[in-house]
Formats: sequence, structure tokens, C-alpha cells
Amino acid sequence: MAFLSFLISGISLGSIYAIIALGYTMVYGIAKMLNFAHGDVIMVGAYICFYATSRFQLPPLVGILLAVVVCTILGIVIERLAYKPLRAAPVLAVLITAIGMSYFLQNAALLLWSSNPKVFPPVVPTGKISLFGGQLTISYVTVVAILCCIVIMLALTWFTSKTKMGKAMRACSEDKGASQLMGINVNGTISLTFAIGSGLAAIAGVLLCSAYPTLVPTTGAMPGIKAFTAAVFGGIGSIPGAFVGGILLGIIEIFAKAYISTQLSDPIVFAVLIIVLLVRPAGLLGKQIREKV
Amino acid sequence: MEPILKVEDINVYYGSIHAIKGISFYVNEGEIVTLIGANGAGKTTTLQTVSGLLRSKTGSISLQGEDISNVPAHKRVARGLAQVPEGRRIFLQMSVQENLEMGAFTQSNSGIAKDLERVFEYFPRLKERRRQIAGTLSGGEQQMLAMGRALMSHPRLLMLDEPSMGLAPILVEQIFEIIQTLHKAGTTILLVEQNAQAALSIADRGYVLETGKIILADNASALLKNDAVQKAYLGGGGG
Ligand SMILES: Nc1ncnc2c1ncn2[C@@H]1O[C@H](COP(=O)(O)OP(=O)(O)OP(=O)(O)O)[C@@H](O)[C@H]1O
Ligand SMILES: [Mg+2]
Repeated sequence: MAFLSFLISGISLGSIYAIIALGYTMVYGIAKMLNFAHGDVIMVGAYICFYATSRFQLPPLVGILLAVVVCTILGIVIERLAYKPLRAAPVLAVLITAIGMSYFLQNAALLLWSSNPKVFPPVVPTGKISLFGGQLTISYVTVVAILCCIVIMLALTWFTSKTKMGKAMRACSEDKGASQLMGINVNGTISLTFAIGSGLAAIAGVLLCSAYPTLVPTTGAMPGIKAFTAAVFGGIGSIPGAFVGGILLGIIEIFAKAYISTQLSDPIVFAVLIIVLLVRPAGLLGKQIREKV
Repeated sequence: MEPILKVEDINVYYGSIHAIKGISFYVNEGEIVTLIGANGAGKTTTLQTVSGLLRSKTGSISLQGEDISNVPAHKRVARGLAQVPEGRRIFLQMSVQENLEMGAFTQSNSGIAKDLERVFEYFPRLKERRRQIAGTLSGGEQQMLAMGRALMSHPRLLMLDEPSMGLAPILVEQIFEIIQTLHKAGTTILLVEQNAQAALSIADRGYVLETGKIILADNASALLKNDAVQKAYLGGGGG
């Protein structure tokens, strides 16, 4: 029963990683860049939700919605100001800018909201589901995280495979020039991708802080790196890859904590990543690059 | 009559490389015009400047009498411009049908089914393979898809960049036949080719490009007979 309980916790934590990883992977797919500020958008989302619900006493759903709206706009603004001018710049310049943006957000949060930890309010109802006569208890947050992840995954799959804008997004990630020749507004599509990724980051932030309710300006950093790992693990650029990578990472982390050592769980997670990349450099579901000449 | 496309004194650079050196040309409604020239002459650069993927430092580009020099590439499509790019550049990871749908990006959804049928009439092979991933098509099928995709936007002016590249002679013939059919159906065509013989034999007029400059402009039949053209592009050196 302990095993089952750990498995469910792992899937739940993994669901949060997966939601964050989706943002990484979609942005990478289209802009071919690693947006290292993505993790910090999570933190901003969590603060917005915290202030909305704790300080301004708004209902939890309104707080979450506000966080999503603010992060969506933040994502678009970050892309416009920091990344768009570097569209044609070397990869390294973009990478350094992204890291700079990450520090900027963390320090801005430090100035605005100080380093005092905030206790995140229970926006997801507290309580537990009891199964097998109380042998297995699952908190609501755990279930909500998994459900959110499934819904988001289904929605994104539908969006990218069935809608005109979603298909345009895939087209842009393959060939921006050819996409323009189709009449697709590439800049608009990139903005949309950042918007979606950042909106998802806000949801992840709320879920993360609901599960681990201490909020500081660096709250997003570690989950951001883990989710990035998950995205690479699953195959960066691949939406199902981010999902699978995130879930697996969460399970590995929880099992490592439970059965091996709490301190060693992170090294174990990253060791698994290294091994996977040695065996499959493109990640678990990474796209095989094929080209006709 | 006002030409459908009028390019005046464009200069295009890749960093410090001066690729197009002040060229001007025009295409009249209903014509097939071809741009020929050796490798590196600047044919692709010219087409990409017309479609807006590249910008000229000088001069102007007018489509149906309107200056489009400052119109972004994606907005030129809605004005009736379509380009089949060099190397096809279809979306390899998307299905045949999705590629065609992307071609119809500027169109309203209601007409897409009909337009698909029209493209499938030109290219029945694509109909059989509409669910197939484009990356798994043969080279010839990919070229058909690239052309079909461009047709989905109902272009007034269709620009083709070496549609015969890498194809077997029988397919080349087929592609040229389709170009003529499209032309008869009312599409104006700007054709870039290294296969000068084939291009000139279906074109009304032609321009010869050499290292970024137009060195000859004449009726296609006259160019076919021109000594310099024969020597440089038709004397077995056309590939
Ligand atoms: N991306 C680029 N960067 C730098 N120089 C370029 C680039 N693309 C083209 N050029 C240069 O510009 C000139 C014109 O190239 P372009 O591709 O237009 O020639 P082309 O006539 O289409 O040749 P081909 O028949 O081989 O396709 C060439 O000298 C080429 O080296
Ligand atoms: Mg070329």
C-alpha cells in the first residue's frame, strides 16, 4: 500500500513537472530556445494568486484566473522585449539573455515581495480521500494536479492537431520561412506559444504551492530546472514527450526519496537523465529527424 | 495595362554580400515569365524578395499597382502572391492534407473542402496519400504537394523556384504540363529554372540573370535562339 501511495504522489508531482515542461517544450519547438525564465514565471503566478486570495480575499478561482492572466501577459512581454530582438542572434546570446531574465524576475520578486516566505493559502480545498478502509489516503491537491495535467494534455493535443492556429504553430516550428509563405504570422504565433506556456506556468505555480505551501522568490527555480530536465528526458520539442518525461521524473523523484535517500533524490533524478540521454540522445519520444534530398 | 508584378531597382544583401544588384522586371497579367541563370546568379534571392522573406535596400515592388515593399511576407499572401520555394520546404512532419490546409491559411474554412478537391484533380496522387506524413513522400510527390499547397491560397501570381529540380524527366514533363494547365486556368506565373530549355519553351518572356544583374530580357522564343543564351544555358550545360 505504501508503494501505491508513493506511486500516486509521484504521478501527482510529475503532473506538475509535466505542466511546466509543456511550456518549455512548446517554446523550444517554435522559438528553438530554452526559456530559462520559465520557472520564474511559475513563481510570479504563485505570488499573484497568493496576494489575490490572502491579501485581497478574492475567491480562489478568481485568484487562479488572475495569476493565469498576469503570467500570460508576462510571457508575451518577456518574449517581445528580451527574445524577439535576438531572433537572428547566436544561440548563446539568447541563452544568456534567458538566464538574465530569470535572475531579473527573481530579483524583481525580491524587491516587490521580499524574501520572507509566504504561507500559500489553500486555494485547492484541503482534505483527503480515504481508500481501502483508510489504508490509502490521497489529498485533494494530489488528485487535482493529476486531473489538471490530463485536461491540459488533452486540450493541447486537440489544439495542435485540430485547430488552424495549432497546426500553424506546428508549421512554424518546422519552417518559419515556409510558414510565412502560407500567410502565417510567425511573430504572432511565437507570442501565442509564449502566452500558452506562461499561462500553464501560472497553473503549475498554484498547484506546486498548494502541494508545498512555502512561497519565496526562488520557488520556481528548482521545479523549473526539473521540468526542463523532464522536457529533455521526454524529447525536447515533443508535447507527449514533456508529459511522459514529467510524470516519469516525478515518480523517480518520489521513489528515490522514499526508498533510497531524501538527500540523494535530486542527484538520482539527474543521473537518470544523463543515462537516458546517453542511450537516446533525442530523449524518450524525441523526434527522429528525417529529410528528403 | 498595369503589370501584375513590377519590380524596380532592387538591391539585396546577405550581410556584406551584394546578391542582387539593382534589377528591374515586370510580369503582365496572364503571362508566364521565366528567370534563368546559373547557380548563384540570384534567382532564389529575387523570388524571396518579391515574397517578402528578404528585403531590398532600395527600389520598390508593386503587386497589382500597389507598392508592397513594406508589407510583411505573410500579408502578401492574402494579396494574391504564392511561392513554391526552392527545395519544396513542405512541412515534413505534417500530413499531406495538413500541408494543404496550411496553404489555405489565409482562406475561410468554408471553401477548403472544394479547394482540396481542385488540388486533388491536378494531383490525384496526393488524394490517395492525404493522410500520409509528408516526410515519407517521394521527391516527386513532395514537389506536387508544394505546388498544391501554393494553389490553396488562390494566387493571382504563382512563383515557382526550380520545380523540376531533382526529378526524373517524365516527372519534369508532368510538372511543366501542370504549370501550363494552371496558366490556362488564369494564373500568372513567374518561373525560376535552371532547365532553361523547358522554361523558355513554355514562357512568354524571359530574363537572364548573371551575378545579381539582368543581362538579357526578351521574348522567350528570341532567347531560345540567342547565341549567348544557347552557349551558356542550352548547350548541354543547363544543369
Ligand atoms: N543565406 C545566404 N547567406 C549568404 N549568401 C547567400 C545566402 N543565400 C544566397 N547567398 C548568395 O547569394 C547569391 C545568390 O544566391 P541565390 O540562392 O539567389 O542563387 P540562385 O540563382 O537561386 O542559385 P541556384 O540556381 O543554385 O539556386 C549567391 O552568391 C549565394 O552564395
Ligand atoms: Mg536558387
